[in-house]
Amino acid sequence: MNDKAHIFDKPQNVRRVLWALVAICIVTIGADFVYHRHIVHPWEGVWGFYAIYGFVACVVLVLVAKELRKLLMRAEDYYDRDG
Amino acid sequence: MAELPPFVLFYLAALAAAVLPRRARQVVMLAVPLVGGLALMNLTPDLLVRVAFMDLYLEPLRVDKLSMLFGILFHIGAFIGIVFSLHVDDRSQHVAALLYAGSAIGAVFAGDLLTLFLFWEILALTSAFLIFASRTDRAWGAGMRYLVIQVLSGVLLLAGALMLYRHSGSLAFNHIGLNGAGSFLIFIAFGIKCAFPLLHNWLTDAYPEATPTGTVFLSAFTTKVAVYALARGFAGTEALVYIGATMTCFPIFYAVIENDLRRVLAYSMINQIGFMVVGIGLGTALAMNGAIAHAFNDVIFKGLLMMSMGAVLHMTGRINGSDLGGLYKSMPITAGLCIVGAASISAFPLFSGFVSKSMVMVAVLEEGHPGVWLALLFASAGVFHHAGIKIPFFAFFSHDSGIRTTEPPLNMLAAMGLAAVLCVLIGCYPWALYELLPYSTSYAPFDGSHILAQIQLLVFSAAAFAWLKVSGIYPPELRSTNIDVEWLYRRLAPRWVRHCTQRLTAISDTLGQATQNVSRVAMRSVVRHYGPEGALARSWPTGSMVFWVAVLLAASLILYYL
Repeated sequence: MNDKAHIFDKPQNVRRVLWALVAICIVTIGADFVYHRHIVHPWEGVWGFYAIYGFVACVVLVLVAKELRKLLMRAEDYYDRDG
Repeated sequence: MAELPPFVLFYLAALAAAVLPRRARQVVMLAVPLVGGLALMNLTPDLLVRVAFMDLYLEPLRVDKLSMLFGILFHIGAFIGIVFSLHVDDRSQHVAALLYAGSAIGAVFAGDLLTLFLFWEILALTSAFLIFASRTDRAWGAGMRYLVIQVLSGVLLLAGALMLYRHSGSLAFNHIGLNGAGSFLIFIAFGIKCAFPLLHNWLTDAYPEATPTGTVFLSAFTTKVAVYALARGFAGTEALVYIGATMTCFPIFYAVIENDLRRVLAYSMINQIGFMVVGIGLGTALAMNGAIAHAFNDVIFKGLLMMSMGAVLHMTGRINGSDLGGLYKSMPITAGLCIVGAASISAFPLFSGFVSKSMVMVAVLEEGHPGVWLALLFASAGVFHHAGIKIPFFAFFSHDSGIRTTEPPLNMLAAMGLAAVLCVLIGCYPWALYELLPYSTSYAPFDGSHILAQIQLLVFSAAAFAWLKVSGIYPPELRSTNIDVEWLYRRLAPRWVRHCTQRLTAISDTLGQATQNVSRVAMRSVVRHYGPEGALARSWPTGSMVFWVAVLLAASLILYYL
């Protein structure tokens, strides 16, 4: 098999992607300073509402799911075994 | 020709596919959705075909905007699925897929509940064969459970329909609404197929066990027929708003910790149907349009994601996140197409999910359900997290699993390419889809506020994923089974039945023991009297015989003289 170095084999490329993501985050949340969104519900008008909600939602989702593993996770062949 | 119900073509093609050799079968299969699609365009709008059947009037063909939209959608879905499965050399799968697609089309054009019931059951039966076709023990078990639950849904539908018929004297399938036992039974029947919470587990149990190509058909039809049926029968039922909101939220937790990537997509499917159910529950023109448009888009983008995972499974034989990774090196085109599907389901602006999901979101706020809106927003971030990032990341990127393969067969790539083009086309030019929607609205999807809000939500969700991953908090993919409602009927019920049989066996053992004791005592007394030593089985000497004969003769002489 030819296994030339692929794009994400270089750690600096992964770092570039992460920095690009940080840059996009700053730009989009910065847009809240200049762009006046029209809103249906007052919560929407809070500065950075969607950004903060999205970030917090994902962190909560992952942390809760991780805890749920303790309750829900069984061996891969759980249903194949008698019990 | 124009008044031929569209399902007939698919059934005829299935008959042909059952006998034709491989090449001819492929031609017929490709032609059916194309010819059927053309015939669909020529159907008279607002047509209603009525057939007298004994005392009943059946309506095998009802054409209106709602049924037409789903009809078109199912032809597109069938075509994509057929192209994707063209390389498969398994006649039974092809026949089952054609019958299955035909039944879905028959169901959405059914004008009465009895016709709907018939297609509802054929849908269940034919689709099960796409699961059995995996030919593994797991698939056999999952397929049987799937079939039992689907048939149960059909039985509830029939019972409900008969109760409504007794009440109203009509079998017509129009708005039903929740009033009375009959309508409730039908609601539950639709709810089972729609994967309502607690009734959902057949989906995540069975779909991931189907063949790589079978899952693509499964994800297109069954649940969308149910969404259509809910939209027709229960629009504006408030309970659906809360049921739908639950459906959007709970599966995403499972999706985060699930290892089988097709099962992740199955959970994510319930999440997407949740958005449709909320829209149907609100019942306003905007919400209904949003729900139906989202069903349309979901068939295509969920199909695309299922196809990309099917292609991975087909090429590597593996589908667990813990076994995959680094496939972008050897399957770059598949990876790219998967990302298009991921962007669409995550509702990135200019991809198809954005133009339909935002309609439901706006409608929820306008109708004054801010709590539900927060739940849907949470689910939107969650779906990006597990379907938008997790699926492509763990399959194609992440740590290199060392698997080196090639791109899948050309027909698979073509099917995925077609779905990806549709995702982008609808995302950039949604008005073609809006034209087909049953209600007229002047919804403007590309509004600066919506676009900015959605981009903020998504990029910060991505940032959360990146942060959790880099900091090592993100839970690793583990080989595991996560227990869900199915535990009740796969573990608790069998265990309980086993316990009861054990108890019954013990009781019957005791009874058997007692009977044995009684018969032993009886036998002993028989042996005592009739056995070799018994008084009644003794052999008597001839002398005593003669003596007793003499006694008898003497006795008779005496009696004679008396």
